[in-house]
Parts: sequence; C-alpha cells; structure tokens
Amino acid sequence: MVADGMSVIRTTDLTIGHAGTPLVKGIDVELRAGELVVLLGVNGIGKSTLLRTLAGLLPPLHGSIDILGKRLNGLAAMERARAVSVVLPGRPDAGMMDVRTLVALGRQPWTGHFGRLGPADHAAVDQAMSMMELTDFAVRDLRTLSDGELQRVLIARALAQRTPVLLLDEPTAFLDVVNRLRIMQHLHRVTRELNALVVLSTHDLQSALDLADRVLLVTPGSLWSGTPQRAIQEGRLQDAFRVEGLRFDPASSSFRP
Amino acid sequence: MLALLCALLFVVALLVGTVPIALVDVPAALFDPDGSISSRIVREVRLPGAVTALVAGMGLAVSGILMQTLFRNPLAGPSVLGISSGASLGVALVMLVQPLWSVLPIPRDLWLVLAAFIGGMGVLLLVLLADRRMGNAVSLLIIGLMIGHLCSALISVLQAAGSATALKGYVLWGMGSFSGVGSDRLFWLLVPVCSGVLGAFLLVKPLNALLLGPDQAATLGVSVHRSRRMIMIITGLLAGTVTAFCGPIAFLGLVTPHIARALFRTSDHHRLVPATALIGGALALFCEVLARLPLANGALPLNAVTSLLGAPVVVWILVGAQRWSRTA
Repeated sequence: MVADGMSVIRTTDLTIGHAGTPLVKGIDVELRAGELVVLLGVNGIGKSTLLRTLAGLLPPLHGSIDILGKRLNGLAAMERARAVSVVLPGRPDAGMMDVRTLVALGRQPWTGHFGRLGPADHAAVDQAMSMMELTDFAVRDLRTLSDGELQRVLIARALAQRTPVLLLDEPTAFLDVVNRLRIMQHLHRVTRELNALVVLSTHDLQSALDLADRVLLVTPGSLWSGTPQRAIQEGRLQDAFRVEGLRFDPASSSFRP
Repeated sequence: MLALLCALLFVVALLVGTVPIALVDVPAALFDPDGSISSRIVREVRLPGAVTALVAGMGLAVSGILMQTLFRNPLAGPSVLGISSGASLGVALVMLVQPLWSVLPIPRDLWLVLAAFIGGMGVLLLVLLADRRMGNAVSLLIIGLMIGHLCSALISVLQAAGSATALKGYVLWGMGSFSGVGSDRLFWLLVPVCSGVLGAFLLVKPLNALLLGPDQAATLGVSVHRSRRMIMIITGLLAGTVTAFCGPIAFLGLVTPHIARALFRTSDHHRLVPATALIGGALALFCEVLARLPLANGALPLNAVTSLLGAPVVVWILVGAQRWSRTA
C-alpha cells in the first residue's frame, strides 16, 4: 500500500505543547515507511506530547504535520483513523471483554454504521492476532491477562486498524526484560513485514538502540533525529540524559555509574 | 429467551392484582371485549400498566447502560446520580405550579416530558462537569446524592407553595408506579422512550469505542464530543420521560446493565444494549407484579420493591469493584 522508504510523516517547523505552553520548538523531521523510530528523553520532556500531537489528539502550537502528503489538521476523524493507529499508555478498563472483541475494535474506521465485521475485517483481526502470537487468547477475558499479554493485545488492536502509521506511548513500561524485548521484536517485525512506520516512546535504551532505525532524542526545547549509531558516536545520549555522576557506555548501550 | 421471558411476565402482569383474572379470560378480554368487569380491568388497567412497565423498564435500563459507558463508572444510573431527582424537580414545577403549564396550548403530558427532560439533562450536565474534575467513582456517587438532596429540598419549597390537590397528586406520583398511565396518555410515554431506545441502538459503535476511553476512541475515528452529546440527550430523554410518567424509580437503571453483563459475560454493546432493554422490561414487569400482589393492606409502593431488589446489588457491585479496581 505504501512504497518502501516513502516519506510518511513530515513535520515542518512544528512546535508542540499544552494550551499555549510550548515544550519543543522547530521540529523538522521526515519519517519513512518501514522505519522503527524510537523516541527517547527524560520524563516530562514532551515525548507523550509529541506522540499525541502526531496522533491528532493535541493541536500543534505552530507549524504543520503532513501524513502521506495530507495536512493532519485537515483530515476528518475517520480519515485520520485510517492513517494513524495509536496505543496509549495504561490499562484500559473496558469491563468484561474477550481478547478478540477488543482487537476487533481496531476495525472501527473500516466498518459500517453498526460496526459489524465483514470477512475482510475478520481476516485483518486474525492476521493482527497471529502477528502478536495471540491466536490462543481469542476468548480470554481481558482482566485475566498479565501486563505483557495485555500490551500485545493492545498492539494487535492497533495492527487490526491496518494503518501506515502506528504510534505507541511507552508500550514497554511496567514490563519485565523478557516481555520488553518481545514487544520490541514484534514491533520490529511489524515495520519489516507490513512496511509500516512505527514510532514509540520508551525508557528502555538498550533494545531501542539495538533495534531502532532512527532515534528521536527530545532535549529541553529541541529534538534531534538520526541513526542509533550516530546518537552514540556523537555523544547525543550523554547530552540528552544529563545526569550527574553517570556516563553513557557505548559498548553496552547503557548508562554506568 | 429474554423476549420470551418478557412475554411471559407481560401475561402474568395482566393476571395479577387485587382482582385476579384467569388466564383463559385474557384472550377474550383483549380481542373480544364484552363489557364484563374482568374484560374492562384487563383492557383499561392491566394492559396499560403492563405496557408502561415494559417500556419504562426498557427506557430506564438503556439509560443506565448509556450512563455507565458515558461515565466509565459501573455505579452510574439515573436514580443514583440524581438524574431522576432533576427530572422530578421539572415535574414538580409543572404539577405544583399550575399557571406554568396552562398558559401555552401544549398538552400537559408534553409539558411533563419536556420539564422532566430538561431537569434530568441539567443534572446530567452538572454531574458530568463534576466528574471531569474529580474522576473518582465513589465521589461521583456522592455528588449525585447531594444534587438529589438539593432537588428534593427545592421540591419541598414548591410543595409548601402548591395547592392541596396538586400536592396529593405529586406525592402519589413520587412513590413511583407503572399503573398511573392510562391508555390515553400512553402515547406520550411510548414515543420518546421508543425513539430513545432506537437511538441507543444507533450508537452501539461509538459506545464500544468509548469503553477504551475518550482519547483512544478518538483515534478510532469517533467524534467524541458529538457521540457524548448524543448519549446525554438520549439518556435525558429516556430517564426524563419515564420519570415524568412513573415517578422516580430507584435502582432499575443501575442494576439492569450489570445483570446483562453477568448473563452475557461481555461489555460489547452489540449484545448488551438489546439484552439490557429486554432484561429491564422483564425486571420492571416482575417488580410491577410483586408490587401488585394482593396483600392485606393493598399494594406495595413500586419503589419499595425496586429498592429491595436493587440496593443489595449495588453493595455487591461496590464490594466487587474493590477487587477489580486498578490504578491505571
């Protein structure tokens, strides 16, 4: 659907923030199809704000965002939902619901007025569930899932939406090492097999630098974009996470005392 | 299954009362009226009462599920959050302040529906605003309770100013009853409630998306503001209309969606909305039958019956919610 390496998101002199208070200014980045993009930065620096702005949940304070050549602000809610899927942080309290029903909610932008699923919708749900290794979970109640399992379900919901862009706000928070790596591997596969653009925020430096095609480093007031290698070589991480008494060790992709 | 249960209870509701009617007499009374006492009781008292109970139960139950999804709170319901009280205030204005409704050439029942709708919607808006600021299930309940008290106090003021006959009518209405709507007034109950229930069916898709929270719903292409507005209007219409004709009925709206969820083990509104409507109808008929069981001192007040059944369920939900609560 989207050619390999094609520009999917382009921001022009973008300023993000809440209600007139700018957090990061002058963001000019171009993100491409098939890329795994990792958003890094200390807490409260504006990672979530950037993701929410790209998702259309917050208006840009200045500048513009184009998604597949169309201005994000100009898109109707339904068009936007067909271009960008979002996994927000936290555990949704959806009450009693089985896994497949939740994943199928991702089909809403494509279904009719009553949201009834057609054969194409069922196929998309099945594919999303098998990609996230959830086929055996179809009838499980959401409330019985572990955090790691639930995160895979939420990502499958976004995959079922079949959008060229997938945004995830801290999908690996509160997960143990194994589950964090597993989620990152799954997302990496999504970029390769579906040629989707995946943008996620995380505090897990190691797997981010191992798997990401591009790193977006949010520092106070500005944003740096480049490959993980450049981020390490140019000492960008050291600057972004300016912590007294810690130094970044490029060999292990982690901070050391 | 549920429809069958509704039909069964509907027939039972025709039979039970101070004058028992034999099942064999019902078809004759309905389709071949001969002017006998039993045929007149069935046609003029039992039938409108049963229809009222069925429709009012559906309306309250559907308004309950809409509110629970709107507030994302299992304790939301028209009676506990003060919506019924707001509607009662509207009704009190119409019933106790006579000149208000006699100036304009509008049928009194339409006035009642309008006043109850506006009163109910007003409280719903207030509660929703309070919820935005607090976002806690139990404090929302307390806000609803306080608004309910406030409305009751205002109603007391109106009562003190009203005439004795108007007051008597209002007090009887306030006890809650499905029997007070004669066949001549049924129209004004049926039309708003049926359109409200129909409207809820049309909102099934955004309701499901809203289960994930407003932001996540927006990313699924739902226009959250519009959907919320529609849900509020339909809730006000349903709860307001039923309150206007049957009085403030306690618990039915809150409890029914929980029974539907427990039976179908899902929050999917595709199944939940019709199930809730049918269970609500059946439950209301059941309460109506219980209230009309011939006891020594005549009938029970309907609200006593619904509270007897409803209050324990709320406690059960609260205790259960504690177990499921997560800090997300």
